[in-house]
Amino acid sequence: MKLDLKKLKLRKVNEQLQNIDRKINDRSFTIINPEGNHAVCAGLTEELNINIKGHVGYYCAGMNQKANITVDGNVGTGVAENMMSGKVHVKGNASQSAGATAHGGLLIIDGDASSRCGISMKGVDIVVKGSVGHMSGFMSQSGNLVVCGDAGEALGDSLYETNIYIKGKVKSLGADCVEKKMDKKHIKKLRLLLKEADINNQKAESFKRYGSARKLYNFKIDNISNY
Amino acid sequence: MCGIVGIYLKTKKFENKLGKMLSGMLNNMESRGPDSAGFAIYKNSDKSEYKYSLCINNLDFKKFKKDISKKIKKLKLNQYSDHVIIKTTETPKKFINFMTKEFPEVSIVGYGHSIEIFKQVGNPKEVVKKFNLESFSGTHGIGHTRMATESAITTDGSHPYSTGEDECLVHNGSLSNHNNLRRELRKKGNTFTSENDTEVAAGYVSNSLSNNNSLKNTLVSGLKDLDGFYTFIAGTRKGFAVVRDEIACKPAVIAETKNYVAIASEFQAMAHLPDVNNAKIFEPEPGIVYSWGN
Repeated sequence: MKLDLKKLKLRKVNEQLQNIDRKINDRSFTIINPEGNHAVCAGLTEELNINIKGHVGYYCAGMNQKANITVDGNVGTGVAENMMSGKVHVKGNASQSAGATAHGGLLIIDGDASSRCGISMKGVDIVVKGSVGHMSGFMSQSGNLVVCGDAGEALGDSLYETNIYIKGKVKSLGADCVEKKMDKKHIKKLRLLLKEADINNQKAESFKRYGSARKLYNFKIDNISNY
Repeated sequence: MCGIVGIYLKTKKFENKLGKMLSGMLNNMESRGPDSAGFAIYKNSDKSEYKYSLCINNLDFKKFKKDISKKIKKLKLNQYSDHVIIKTTETPKKFINFMTKEFPEVSIVGYGHSIEIFKQVGNPKEVVKKFNLESFSGTHGIGHTRMATESAITTDGSHPYSTGEDECLVHNGSLSNHNNLRRELRKKGNTFTSENDTEVAAGYVSNSLSNNNSLKNTLVSGLKDLDGFYTFIAGTRKGFAVVRDEIACKPAVIAETKNYVAIASEFQAMAHLPDVNNAKIFEPEPGIVYSWGN
């Protein structure tokens, strides 16, 4: 079914998608003319296939559960923020705070993501085919952040148990973020994520893994300058 | 919050539509700044005369025209609601002194060979309509919709700020060292008409440009000297430049086609622009100065 945001109000479209009857079989939708609107496809809870044709604004696919959402364009701040499950695939670039606080699901960004990608992520898997900006993975708690390009300044600052995999250069590491050994289980997980994101030209072994040195978990007077 | 927009035409194709393009951008940024709005339009300059953009506030235009015409012989006046564009050969120093003395109730919002500035309190859609922005043509333009934070909702508190010939600045963000900087700039001879932080940034840019620094170098130095959050668009006769602070909390997105470069706080501001879906769309990186035409 085609939904034209030039003709229909965004709130109506979101309401319709948020209230799809579980018994209905027609679960594929194409949204046209998003024209940078905010919160397109926010709060979906059902297994739907949605294709958004064009650039969207902030918080696209926020709080997503189960839905499979593809954006054929760029996304603004906070795409898939607080996603619980499902899949969000951005074919263009993403603005800051992509996948912020997301608990689960998979976020794929074909282009670059700007600053604070995966900030405070809590279990989501994020795969960025391009590069990420500064402060990516800031205070991230669990899940995996995979970057096929480079990472900006202060990567993984104050992170907890997220695994960050970077193929390219890291401008600088944030407080308490260190390079860690790639074990077999990490390579296996990374292979799986690359496959899910349809990336065939990268070898999992060529990535470097970054994680927490676990020195900032509890207050220590010796670390006062890092707090 | 605040919304900022700018459009620079790389070719002549859309010169007659510049006002229409910019008005659409400002209208779409209403949600980011409902308190006041303003815009600067640059047209091909006539070096033989100056243009002064005035806000005559509550003065009666006919009376103002009669009074000023008695004192300055050669001048042309064009009225746009409560704004008047005066074209004259009088030089800025002389004209500004004259206006301050003879018409203290009139605010000079900008001057130069090319720039025309309009700004007023109220909803952006109403402000744009009031000044009939759609009818303007030009080579480049900059606009702002304001959500007031650190100074009052007044015409003086509205953007763009123009503190030098054919210069203007719009700002999304807030500066934390503007009081100190204002004092320093006053010592160097700058004058300020408001308590607004952006006016200080505009003064900083003008001061640096008057010392023969390029716009790009000025904004690079500004990254060290201006403390706070910002995305700035700084306009000059030749073009404009964009810079975001290193933290880059304040958004900006650029769309470039073969005919124009557009910048806005959000993509939705430029969704109506011709061929925008085929434009090269990117976010300006933190701490990097992007410049066109300069």
